[in-house]
Amino acid sequence: MTPPCPLHTLPVGRCGTILSIDAPAELAARMRALGLQPGRRIKVIRRSPFQGPIQVRAGQTDLMIRRAEAAIIQMQPCPEVECV
Amino acid sequence: MSKRIALVGMPNTGKSTLFNRLTGAGAKVGNWPGLTVELLSAKLLLGDGMVELVDLPGLHNLHGFSEDERVARRFVETQPLNGILVVLNTTQLERQLALVLQMKSLGLPMFLALNMADEAKHRGIRVRTEHLEAQLGMPVRLISAKHGQGVPELKQALTAWLREHPQTTHASAIALTEDDVIEDTLNDILSDSLHIPICLSPTRTDRVDQWLLHPWLGIPLFLLIMLAVFQVVYGIGAPLQEGLGWLLDEVKTLWLAPLVAGLPAWASSFLLEGLYDGVGTVMSFLPIIVAFFLAMAVVEDSGYLARAAFLMDALMARLGLDGRAFVMQLMGFGCNVPAMMGTRVMRGRAQRIAAMMMIPFSLCSARLQVFLFFTTAVFSPRAAPWVLFSLYVMSFLLAFLTAWLMRGRTRHALDPLLMELPPYRIPTLAALARQAFRESGHFLSQAGGFIILGVALVWFLTHVPLDVPPASPATLAGQIAAWIEPVFTPLGIDQLLSIALLFGFVAKEVVIGALAVIYGAGGDELSGLLAQRLDWIQAYSFMLFTLIYTPCLSTLATLRSESGSDRVMWASLAWSLGAAWLLSFAFYQTARALFG
Ligand SMILES: Nc1nc2c(ncn2[C@@H]2O[C@H](COP(=O)(O)OP(=O)(O)OP(=O)(O)O)[C@@H](O)[C@H]2O)c(=O)[nH]1
Ligand SMILES: [Mg+2]
Repeated sequence: MTPPCPLHTLPVGRCGTILSIDAPAELAARMRALGLQPGRRIKVIRRSPFQGPIQVRAGQTDLMIRRAEAAIIQMQPCPEVECV
Repeated sequence: MSKRIALVGMPNTGKSTLFNRLTGAGAKVGNWPGLTVELLSAKLLLGDGMVELVDLPGLHNLHGFSEDERVARRFVETQPLNGILVVLNTTQLERQLALVLQMKSLGLPMFLALNMADEAKHRGIRVRTEHLEAQLGMPVRLISAKHGQGVPELKQALTAWLREHPQTTHASAIALTEDDVIEDTLNDILSDSLHIPICLSPTRTDRVDQWLLHPWLGIPLFLLIMLAVFQVVYGIGAPLQEGLGWLLDEVKTLWLAPLVAGLPAWASSFLLEGLYDGVGTVMSFLPIIVAFFLAMAVVEDSGYLARAAFLMDALMARLGLDGRAFVMQLMGFGCNVPAMMGTRVMRGRAQRIAAMMMIPFSLCSARLQVFLFFTTAVFSPRAAPWVLFSLYVMSFLLAFLTAWLMRGRTRHALDPLLMELPPYRIPTLAALARQAFRESGHFLSQAGGFIILGVALVWFLTHVPLDVPPASPATLAGQIAAWIEPVFTPLGIDQLLSIALLFGFVAKEVVIGALAVIYGAGGDELSGLLAQRLDWIQAYSFMLFTLIYTPCLSTLATLRSESGSDRVMWASLAWSLGAAWLLSFAFYQTARALFG
């Protein structure tokens, strides 16, 4: 199994399950409202150049998230074959 | 006793669309989370009684802290209501249903409308509404607010529901249910009522985004799209404007001139060269303005604005802001006032102030009128679009410069940016027609209101005393112009133009009307006069000054009320006036030295 890694290092096209989110309560609540919470499986769709934001897909919702915020989300990457 | 229902839901779920559909009102709709930032209410007939429906800004949860979320939360917590109509996006039910469970702790009667049924069906998502009803203990209806499916049934169900809750109640003090408890309940409910196909094929949105959000092509495509939009607006609007201008001229010479021939000279001058030329010249912009706002509506409703935020975020982050500030700059192209209010979605105060200080430089449609008039009058048809484009570039550069100057306050505490990228959507023709209608109405009421007033005042200043030539140094206007001349001469702006600028301070819509009165000519005649009197350097200097020196009084008033600080307003005003003078000065003197 691949070792856990923060979301911003997950390659494009890869999916993974959120292990933990190390955010203050307000931010964590907002993340949850947008579909980011431990246990959820999300997929990295694209990253923008120049250290710009990342597009991730959580269920039926596409989100943009900055690298700084992605860095506080710990992921368990799925085995590559499972990524759809 | 009047009844009242509030529309609540996450951002971009279609609350305003449903509000418009139910009440026939004209709330602004757009595929951008956080478009509505203020309360809006309208009445509708349900059964045999009138009911007040209130459209609220979207909220993510009941802990929300941005200004727009606070507006919504304060309303549901403090106002007596018959109930809450929750609007959710059916395709995203799995995350949005949590809001319903949270809201149950408010103790108000609730009704759930699952919107965007059309998109859900398209994606193969099925909801068993009877199950949801039983488990949530509230009526649930599947609708499509945009296309109207299920709305008549919704109205019937709402009528019955209101009959059960005839009294208004206050929300009980919030005892927020633990989020974990909600999570468990949620999973139970969803496993019974929601079916999502496992394998989702790439959508149309995915395919379009491959191009529009391409790492290297994204920004060039953005610029191309902008150019294309302006070409279309220009291509449709300019001939129509010319036609309308010609028509107004014909009416003047054929009908109006003979009509007022019997009046004293000053009265016919006031009516023809004052009111008619002034207001008429402004009015001839109606087609272009409508075309422009239609194009804006298509862009806003397409979902591309969220992509623009994504593309520009890296740059904006270096300026201490985020992609949303850039989008507000784009929205300001229509009018600066709603763009200024749109910054409510930002949480950090320093960032919000910085974003609000940028917006006055956004080239709004009122300034666009002035520039269209000047560029077509003074520049060749080949050069005109590029001159106009350069003014948009200047507008962005100044906005970026403003953010850069303020970055010391904003950059150390960047607000986390989390935003939905909604799927692309195509606006319906009916929605576009409504938008066109609303913008024309707005434009006409302005033309009929303060533009008439402004034009009349300009006529008065340029014609009193009556026994001297109009707009000559002996008139009131001439005296004022002589007084401010030292400020404007170094910019190549002559006395007559400076009078128009004085009025433009109140609102840019008056500038062209004022010029028509000052020069005593409307439409084509005025263009000809301007081309004779001004060379391109003077004209560009005038346009630069007009772009920068402050949008209008209402934008300043909005800046003051939204920031809650007089200092911010004065700082913005001083910065705009100073920058306008310095840049026009630098441009005029350099260009004169280089090109003579
Ligand atoms: N396909 C589809 N699109 C819809 C439907 N209802 C609304 N929309 C679109 O969804 C987008 C958001 O609609 P709004 O009415 O502005 O949403 P809102 O809930 O008021 O959004 P905020 O004011 O930002 O909270 C717009 O592009 C609408 O055209 C629907 O039933 N089906
Ligand atoms: Mg809305």
